[in-house]
Amino acid sequence: MMRTLATLLALSASPLALAGPAVAGAVEKQPLNVAAIGMFMVFVVLTLGITYWASRRTRSASDFYTAGGGITGFQNGLAIAGDYMSAATLLGLSSMVFAKGYDGFIYTVGFFVGWPIITFLMAERLRNLGRFTFADIASYRLDQTKIRTFAAFGSLTVVSFYLIVQMVGAGQLIQLLFGLDYPVAVVVVGVVMMAYVIFGGMIATTWVQIIKAVLLLAGGTTLAFMAMAQFGFSYETLAREAITVHKDGLGMMGPGSMLADPVNVASMSLGLVFGIAGLPHILMRFFTVPNAKEARKSVFYATGFIGFFFLVVCTLGFAAVVIIGKDPQYFVNGELGGKLIGGGNMVAMHLAKAVGGNLFLGFLSAVAFATILAVVAGLALAGASAISHDLYATVIMKGKADEKTELKVSRIAAVAIGVLAIVLGILFEKQNVAFLVGLTFGVAASTNFPILILSMYWKDLTTRGALLGGFSGLISAVTLVILSKAVWVTVLGNETAIFPYEHPALFSMPLAFAVSIVVSLLDRSAAAATERARFDDQFVRAQTGHGAAGAHNH
Amino acid sequence: MTGNATHAIRQHPQFATLVKKRSTLAWTLAALTLGIYYLYMLVVALAPDTLRQALHGGGVLTLGVPVGAAIIVFTWALTGYYVYRANTEFDRMTATILQESQP
Repeated sequence: MMRTLATLLALSASPLALAGPAVAGAVEKQPLNVAAIGMFMVFVVLTLGITYWASRRTRSASDFYTAGGGITGFQNGLAIAGDYMSAATLLGLSSMVFAKGYDGFIYTVGFFVGWPIITFLMAERLRNLGRFTFADIASYRLDQTKIRTFAAFGSLTVVSFYLIVQMVGAGQLIQLLFGLDYPVAVVVVGVVMMAYVIFGGMIATTWVQIIKAVLLLAGGTTLAFMAMAQFGFSYETLAREAITVHKDGLGMMGPGSMLADPVNVASMSLGLVFGIAGLPHILMRFFTVPNAKEARKSVFYATGFIGFFFLVVCTLGFAAVVIIGKDPQYFVNGELGGKLIGGGNMVAMHLAKAVGGNLFLGFLSAVAFATILAVVAGLALAGASAISHDLYATVIMKGKADEKTELKVSRIAAVAIGVLAIVLGILFEKQNVAFLVGLTFGVAASTNFPILILSMYWKDLTTRGALLGGFSGLISAVTLVILSKAVWVTVLGNETAIFPYEHPALFSMPLAFAVSIVVSLLDRSAAAATERARFDDQFVRAQTGHGAAGAHNH
Repeated sequence: MTGNATHAIRQHPQFATLVKKRSTLAWTLAALTLGIYYLYMLVVALAPDTLRQALHGGGVLTLGVPVGAAIIVFTWALTGYYVYRANTEFDRMTATILQESQP
């Protein structure tokens, strides 16, 4: 139980992860859900229409990577929120509140606080210093070839792990909600995603994300409204009924047992908070707005939408304690308090059916599918940019690549990533991919984030320090995940885990910082001196936006 | 970007003020956010009964519920304050500095 919950937590916390893998093996295919498929088709047709429109506006590399920097702060705020509010947020967090009461709420607060930090410390610097990828910032004054290659490698690692999680989750969730076969679901997701990215680039990807965010906010809020109507919109009335149904009774209303292992919780929250700030497809969003002013506005809006949505989702879980908890039709064999039909994280879906009927369930299922599509499109675009902008144009062609060829390379890369995602999605069908979530966030927080934040804030960082620090973060994060229960016991079949926690960040992130700092301080090379001297220029640009890449108009 | 322009910006009398004001505000708000969050986590871990108190006499809704919601709403309000200051005051200063540093 605890492990499933922890997995669920990890999944729900991740901006894009899918609830699917948390179902772990217990997925049974449901009857074909015609309403859901119909509504999903409407979404796909609409978004492909947008992709066609976007394709005619995607002419330059800047259009493709960053929508020409022409997205407004409000639009980008919705898109960022869309990246973070996944199917897993809706399904995972509501299920956690349903199962654990107030404890679920404590976690939700933890998933939120990273956003204000990003607003204060990162948003405007990202916009002022970067152009297409976060490697632009990391390599701003360091060795272009080495740091860019390493940053691109870090991006691709995160993107690939995460794509597998998404594809497997998509297959399982869709099997469950739509009654489609697993491979069909995976291929549909892969093909539609490739269409968005290849033809519509960042413009299409952003709009798909915006539409999805609006649908998810509207769907979740409507559901919460309908559910709370049953309690006269009074949390007190709801609470009175909930404590009579929930197995913990009054205990569900306050902090419970789940902080039994504070080290694990600390490690996880560290990985989640700083992992967000190391996810290439989230960082990429800051380059789609015209200037630092809009970048700041976009995190303000995003933070507001995310906070609101989290509160709505907790309300859903809380209301479900009563509405679902008392209704035997949602439990396996009708046993109240037993296993939920369709797996532990179907709470929001059951609630949709209970208060809104089959049509509303269909709508919410379609939104969940749309969510996955939007997320994988963002990931594929981030991966394609790392290949074409960082590796091809900057490292291989030394910045002399012709724009047409660079665009062609990025489209080919998108096809390759799409095909790879489909193949891996099918190969990993029967695998427990939960460990990949820990790996994704561990690597993002211990490799990408330290290099990025140090290069932005710390004058003395050198190429040698960044490389060695990044490598130690990467290697330690991967090693610790392999030695943790999810891989060492579950995948490799050993008796007990060598590393007792699920998330590596508490150990691997400080290690990456320490190595970067020590090696940089000891670095007395001539190159290091030049790199330090270049910080002044970077600092002025970070502070004032002087020389920053601007938006261009069509 | 030319080294000269950068040099002129750095020498501008308001540049140091801008940097100082901005970093003071950003780091203060970041510390406040993390401080509130970790204080909450400490209460959860060490004094959970505080959060288990009933909100009203005889009610079952606990103090913990509005406290958790307030953390989300308050830290969001802090981002609003930062963005407001940065988009008005700091951007005005930046514009002045950039304009007056042009060769």
